[in-house]
Amino acid sequence: MSAAQPPKPTWTGRVREAAVEALPPEKLLPDGQPTYVASWIYIFGVASIAALVVIIGSGVILSLKGPAWWHYTGIGHFINSIHLWAVELFFFAMVVHLWGKYWMAAWRGGRTRVWITGAVTFLVAVPTALTGYVSQQNFDAQWISTQAKDGLNSVGVGAFFNVTNFGQMYSYHVFLLPLAVVGLVAAHVLLVRRHGVVPPFELDRTALATRLPQAGGPPPAVPVGEPPSARTEVTS
Amino acid sequence: MIVLAAVFNLNHPAHVVEWHFIQLSVANLIVIALMLVVFALAITLPFPGAHARAIARRTGGDPE
Repeated sequence: MSAAQPPKPTWTGRVREAAVEALPPEKLLPDGQPTYVASWIYIFGVASIAALVVIIGSGVILSLKGPAWWHYTGIGHFINSIHLWAVELFFFAMVVHLWGKYWMAAWRGGRTRVWITGAVTFLVAVPTALTGYVSQQNFDAQWISTQAKDGLNSVGVGAFFNVTNFGQMYSYHVFLLPLAVVGLVAAHVLLVRRHGVVPPFELDRTALATRLPQAGGPPPAVPVGEPPSARTEVTS
Repeated sequence: MIVLAAVFNLNHPAHVVEWHFIQLSVANLIVIALMLVVFALAITLPFPGAHARAIARRTGGDPE
């Protein structure tokens, strides 16, 4: 009888080990954030997510009740308005978040994928909103869809997207595009957890200066933008 | 029966601002201006408790 063999690696085990290695629990759900995150400019990312939660919640109710309900009942008007204004807030917060991250060069320190997933989320959110406007089932939707039709035809994609087709646009709006937005936001947040919130420039320079070798020596091994310790002095 | 009228009279075409080929509605311009104001305030206004947290981090104490 042979000695006990080590268990054969399974794909689920490999996925688990890769996931834990990439994002250990203390990084996925940290107890705190670096001190420099205590600034108003850092709240617009989570404000966007809060608005997205309201959008999805109100959207689910609207899709369950249908166009007649949201056009002809008081509560329908109310939920419809909640949905619209949550979208306005979502874009408002997302644009301020984008400006803030652009001016702090948030792609520093190996955060390229964080930046790209955020930018692509913004780009996908635009047609998600457009398909909502053309799915209203009113004159506003007719006006917007006929204008959008000309725009899409002018760039050569009119054969793929018929914005005057309610069924097609509604499917895009309530399933395909929201799925993409939520997936991208989830990836974005997980990448932020993995790489940490980008530090301010001043803190970045301070952290780099402590790692610089003597004059004439080799360049530092740590790339610019590597997150400094949470106990690094804050420049605010 | 209309119980509440709109705060603003919306029963007219949108007001627009035109400059060469650029055409923006006044409503959109107001939103863009608001975003700029909020952005400026976000990077200038102090965050509540930020100073206390920074001191606590340096001294190893409890920020609360």
